[in-house]
Amino acid sequence: MHKLISVAVLSAMSFLATASGGSPFNLTTGVTDISHRVYDLHMTILYICIAIGVVVFGVMFYAIIKHRKSKGATAAQFHESTKVEIIWTIIPFVILVTMAIPATSTLIEMEDNSQSDITIKITASQWKWHYQYFEHDFGFFSLLSTPSEQISNQAQKSENYLLEVDKPLVIPTGKKVRFLITADDVIHSWWVPAFAVKQDANPGFINEAWTRVNEPGIYRGQCAELCGKNHGFMPIVVKVLPQNEYDAWLKEQLAQVEVAKQAETKALASTLTYEESMTLGKQVYLARCAMCHQPNGQGIPGAFPPIKNSPMALNDKQAHIDIVLHGKAGTAMQAFSNQLTAKEIATVITYERNAWGNDTKDVIQVSEIINREVK
Amino acid sequence: MNTATTTPEQHGAEHHDHKPKGLMRWVLTTNHKDIGSLYLGFSFLMFLIGGAMAMVIRAELYQPGLQIVEPNFFNQMTTVHGLIMVFGAVMPAFTGLANWLIPMMIGAPDMALPRMNNWSFWILPMAFSILLASLFMEGGGPNFGWTFYAPLSTTYSPDSTALFVFAVHIMGISSILGAINVVVTIVNMRAPGMTYMKMPLFVWTWLITAFLLIAVMPVLAATVTMVLTDKYFGTSFFAAAGGGDPVLFQHIFWFFGHPEVYIMILPSFGIISAIIPTFSRKKLFGYSSMVYATASIALLSFLVWAHHMFTTGMPVAAELFFMYCTMLISVPTGVKVFNWVATMWRGSLTFEVPMLFAIAFIVLFTIGGFSGLMLAITPVDFQYHDTYFVVAHFHYVLVTGAIFSIMAAAYYWLPKWTGHMYHEGLGKLHFWASLISVNILFFPMHFLGLAGMPRRVPDYALQFADFNQLVSIGGFAFGLSQLIFLVVVIKCARGGKPAPAKPWEGAEGLEWEMPSPAPYHSHTTPPIVK
Amino acid sequence: MGDAIARALSQSYHTTYCEVIIMNREQLTQQNRRLVQKLLLIIGGMFCFGFALVPLYDVFCEFTGLNGRNTIKAEQQSQSIDSSRVVRLQLTTSVSPGMPWQFKPNQHYIDVHPGENKVVKFSAKNLSGQAIVGQAIPSVSPGLAGLYLNKTECFCFNQQPLAGGESVEMGLVFFISPDIPEHISTLTLSYTLFNVTDVTEAESHNLQAAL
Repeated sequence: MHKLISVAVLSAMSFLATASGGSPFNLTTGVTDISHRVYDLHMTILYICIAIGVVVFGVMFYAIIKHRKSKGATAAQFHESTKVEIIWTIIPFVILVTMAIPATSTLIEMEDNSQSDITIKITASQWKWHYQYFEHDFGFFSLLSTPSEQISNQAQKSENYLLEVDKPLVIPTGKKVRFLITADDVIHSWWVPAFAVKQDANPGFINEAWTRVNEPGIYRGQCAELCGKNHGFMPIVVKVLPQNEYDAWLKEQLAQVEVAKQAETKALASTLTYEESMTLGKQVYLARCAMCHQPNGQGIPGAFPPIKNSPMALNDKQAHIDIVLHGKAGTAMQAFSNQLTAKEIATVITYERNAWGNDTKDVIQVSEIINREVK
Repeated sequence: MNTATTTPEQHGAEHHDHKPKGLMRWVLTTNHKDIGSLYLGFSFLMFLIGGAMAMVIRAELYQPGLQIVEPNFFNQMTTVHGLIMVFGAVMPAFTGLANWLIPMMIGAPDMALPRMNNWSFWILPMAFSILLASLFMEGGGPNFGWTFYAPLSTTYSPDSTALFVFAVHIMGISSILGAINVVVTIVNMRAPGMTYMKMPLFVWTWLITAFLLIAVMPVLAATVTMVLTDKYFGTSFFAAAGGGDPVLFQHIFWFFGHPEVYIMILPSFGIISAIIPTFSRKKLFGYSSMVYATASIALLSFLVWAHHMFTTGMPVAAELFFMYCTMLISVPTGVKVFNWVATMWRGSLTFEVPMLFAIAFIVLFTIGGFSGLMLAITPVDFQYHDTYFVVAHFHYVLVTGAIFSIMAAAYYWLPKWTGHMYHEGLGKLHFWASLISVNILFFPMHFLGLAGMPRRVPDYALQFADFNQLVSIGGFAFGLSQLIFLVVVIKCARGGKPAPAKPWEGAEGLEWEMPSPAPYHSHTTPPIVK
Repeated sequence: MGDAIARALSQSYHTTYCEVIIMNREQLTQQNRRLVQKLLLIIGGMFCFGFALVPLYDVFCEFTGLNGRNTIKAEQQSQSIDSSRVVRLQLTTSVSPGMPWQFKPNQHYIDVHPGENKVVKFSAKNLSGQAIVGQAIPSVSPGLAGLYLNKTECFCFNQQPLAGGESVEMGLVFFISPDIPEHISTLTLSYTLFNVTDVTEAESHNLQAAL
């Protein structure tokens, strides 16, 4: 019987070993030198544990089968042996030391953040990531892009359900990329399994991690620290490009920043109509506001306040603009001034002041947003 | 060990059985057996309520997408499930066993502080009523995980957080009172001749557990007090804005939290150390090394708290220190497992239900220990941390560890408590149903975690769908299997084959010298311990 | 409390047991009470220890750089310069939600020789119509490096009030200790700006004491 068990365990071991990589059963080997070392360490310790298990359980099951009363076994009298106790204290200790040596060297290498080529500041907030390219003063938010119809089972789920974002982080291959990680509200954790990087984002504090990716590709991860209601809905996508493609991408992004600035100036000059505002405002609302305030504007009692019939949405226009622009301290209500364009903010406020029977007939213009911001 | 030949049950019947009848008997009781039964009944009720919440969680996770509950309520379920199972099911069950068994095992007539004993039980239902009531408040109950990390539990928590804090305070007071009682009983009430190194291991492990409780439950009380003042009174212990540090919360919480983990497993070691020798018909191998191993696990548990926090951004030196200390804990834990196996070796084994649960405990707890050792290795912990691998690990240790040992204890001592043998066939059915379903429930969680599924999420990517479905099926089966246990206990309490004073051939200890069911007052004359 | 314990203890034994027990009941009650008192003392002590962990943690962090907080004002300027090495100090800022200010460093990084006294500037602007008081909280990564970053003057030592629409340039005078370990070539100084307008006078006092 114990032979049977060891055969089963051995075949399980070989199965695990061959099934590495994209296996649904095992840790990913990943795409960095560190992630390979982490994987090897994981497998080493797993094998040691399995070997110990086979020996200990083998002995136990041997006793269970051979030393049973129904087979006429009578109990022996021994119940103490200092020698044996010392042996089975020392042997595990030696095994532990052999585990600790590679673990220590891997850890020291993982924690060496020096001599990086690129620095990216990652700021987490409920429930999105912001990536800032430190050297270029350029950054963007990255949000879940899975449509809510898929989550509520009204539409077919796509291949990368819950693991897709509107704008992935882009980094080049072969460069040491250093991440500075912090949070605006609660604790989050930035985790990409393929890089073997998981680092908590603590509000008010800054943490470091780094990676050097060998292969181009798209790598996906998730927030790994409970951060409130939509903790399960803030994925991470990293697109790793060869250096020349990365350079081209970066150039294009910086050009787009200029274009966006010009569009902002143009929007300031134009006048928004009610219909136009309601259409665009609804889109923005459903994408950015509805997860808390709900599509029907009624919020969740005790957690997220309603907008429908709220005094602020019905009367106090300035307070309404301020809270959307700057957020509210100590709540999930964030400052949207740097997340949305002035036009988007104007239209979403118009939408909130007119939808669900709020009917104030207010139409907020871009100039009101800009003026409020730089008064 | 042997008792003097007196007839305590006659004494008891003539002079001391003037207990009130009906409900008031239970409300006013100061009898260690009544209070033990109350604790055990309460913990089973909590086990069912916490289990029902687990069923909600598993139903939502049965397939991808949001079907049954919305994410905020899902978070309340994971939070309250954890709190109820830790503070409502496992800990009161151990206290119940301590109440029933410690006086009988050490030859005392009752616990040392019977009135306090009554209080320490009766404040528990209050605590859990408050906690459960908070779920029905506007904004919902606690939704920040049972670990209530700041600032999610302070600045960003629902209005009901004050209720959570008060509930935890009351649970803490109850545990502390229970622990004081255990320490005083064991230190002062042992029968003549019952020296420390003659005490059964269950008594030893509980003595050490009680000291752990006394040391760390006040720290938990301090933590929740700081959460309360941070949220409602403007202090900044954990808020960076006022000069605090959210990571400090985790240090203080886990300074309580890690010894707490051992509070929930040390009494199990005592139970298993009673059952294995009985059904091996052989003395426990290495009694004194078991005592020393337990004590060193307890001491080491104060030096490993930050292994829960490897990803918070600690310096390398701190990470290495906590990694080494954590790995070291597996040495005394290993010694225990080796001793149990050595006890079974060349014994004369039979496999009644308590023994089956005890063997399952050794195997499955050891698997939980292996995954614990893997989690201790800092570089790989970066991959495992906060995934289903961790969920698998602590459920192996707590469900197939702590809860299986409690089940084993219940079957082992039921004949002594009720005076009847339990139904062996139903008990075996319960065991096999639990063993199979619990592994379908928790083993695939290892794979889910390794493949990258984070814990505490109400929805997941498509590649996790198959295993989650399997896990949910295992969960429902395990939940239903526990109803068999309820049937077994009720049947056994109401009748069945009368149990002799010592229903197990190989059992040793003072409790087996008493008649079954044990008389209302234990050891009215002190037994003589040889 | 003492009475309650005594009453609880007096219940603890049965007469029959006491008739034969070698120790008399009074003595046992005394013994139990003494033990309970000792245990209560430990419990009270551990409750206080829970709170004592807060200042202990601060002290520990100050000596080891554990959490990278860097709030201590350096008493004097640097005396010696190690011009053989260059260390890069990166500067970054965050603005917490509900704080309608713009807050940015005027430069993203500065290369310095260890021991060199340098000045860097940060700009802040109140975008709202009301007067608001801000408090910048520093954090250094790697945490250990915080031990070698000495600030002789910093806006973070004080709260910063700004009227509606007002802007200000704030300075930081610092030097990096020449004994900074070789392996640290880059360190990052991050400031998070919080709105502390609502914090009362008394509390702001406590805050400064805590910092």
